[in-house]
Amino acid sequence: MDSSGLFNAALGGFLIGLAACVLMLFNGRIAGITGVVKRVWPPVSGDVMWRVAFVLGLLSAAGVYFAHSGQGGLSRVPVAPALLVVAGLLTGWGTSMGNGCTSGHGVCGLARFSKRSMVATACFLLAGVATTAVVRHGLGWAV
Amino acid sequence: MKAAWGWHVARGLAAFVAGGLFSLGLVLAEMTNPVKVLNFLDVGGAWDPSLMVVLGVAVLTTGVGYRMILRRPGPLLAPHFALPKRTDVDRPLVLGAVCFGVGWGLAGYCPGPGLAALNMDNPEALWFAPALLVGLFSRRWVEQRRKAAGL
Repeated sequence: MDSSGLFNAALGGFLIGLAACVLMLFNGRIAGITGVVKRVWPPVSGDVMWRVAFVLGLLSAAGVYFAHSGQGGLSRVPVAPALLVVAGLLTGWGTSMGNGCTSGHGVCGLARFSKRSMVATACFLLAGVATTAVVRHGLGWAV
Repeated sequence: MKAAWGWHVARGLAAFVAGGLFSLGLVLAEMTNPVKVLNFLDVGGAWDPSLMVVLGVAVLTTGVGYRMILRRPGPLLAPHFALPKRTDVDRPLVLGAVCFGVGWGLAGYCPGPGLAALNMDNPEALWFAPALLVGLFSRRWVEQRRKAAGL
């Protein structure tokens, strides 16, 4: 990791933390992507618009920044759609069942010293490491 | 009712800004590049520790910020802080996290970057993001049905 990579990693982490603080200070909400998205349905009156706005902010800023810098995009030959669909289903089902993902448990939960989030983060990190080991070194797939 | 609408718009704007900052962080840290993420998870191979820095700085920033913010009587635009109350570690928490970890390790996307990639000229997102939403809301549906049945 070179120094510019390290700088971007630290700045990126800071911005993610800042976003979590903004959402807590103004709206009193945890910035967990899974929780923000999944409670759109069933809709609760007065509790939908900010969720949609958060996702729109997520999509717009990523698009604008990527279009201007070309940074952070895909750097491999696209993998098989079947793999992406299976990964997407597992990720969606799992984060919904476990009430959080990298942002809700990994960032906001750890910052609050939540025991549930510590357990969840350890579980998804270990499962991620094991899966990548199997996929890359066991099966030898180029992902 | 006009006043209520004003609050909704203000909350929407704050959320839009938060979502924007969040994804700028993701893109700058390259969490939207699945190869980078898998390199982080690949501890026995091409290990790239930089996502530890991302997570560490994000947790630290959030931790310091929350400490100051949660001292206030409430948020600026809502009646109270909505914090998770549960403290029990149950099976769905562990099983769900493991299931997510497997999905993460297969393709290299967690939910935020998976959605952000939709607007980053990434053909993989056209498969991953819809599948993510199907998985998320089908599990949500099960959860709602169980709740309705009083389970």
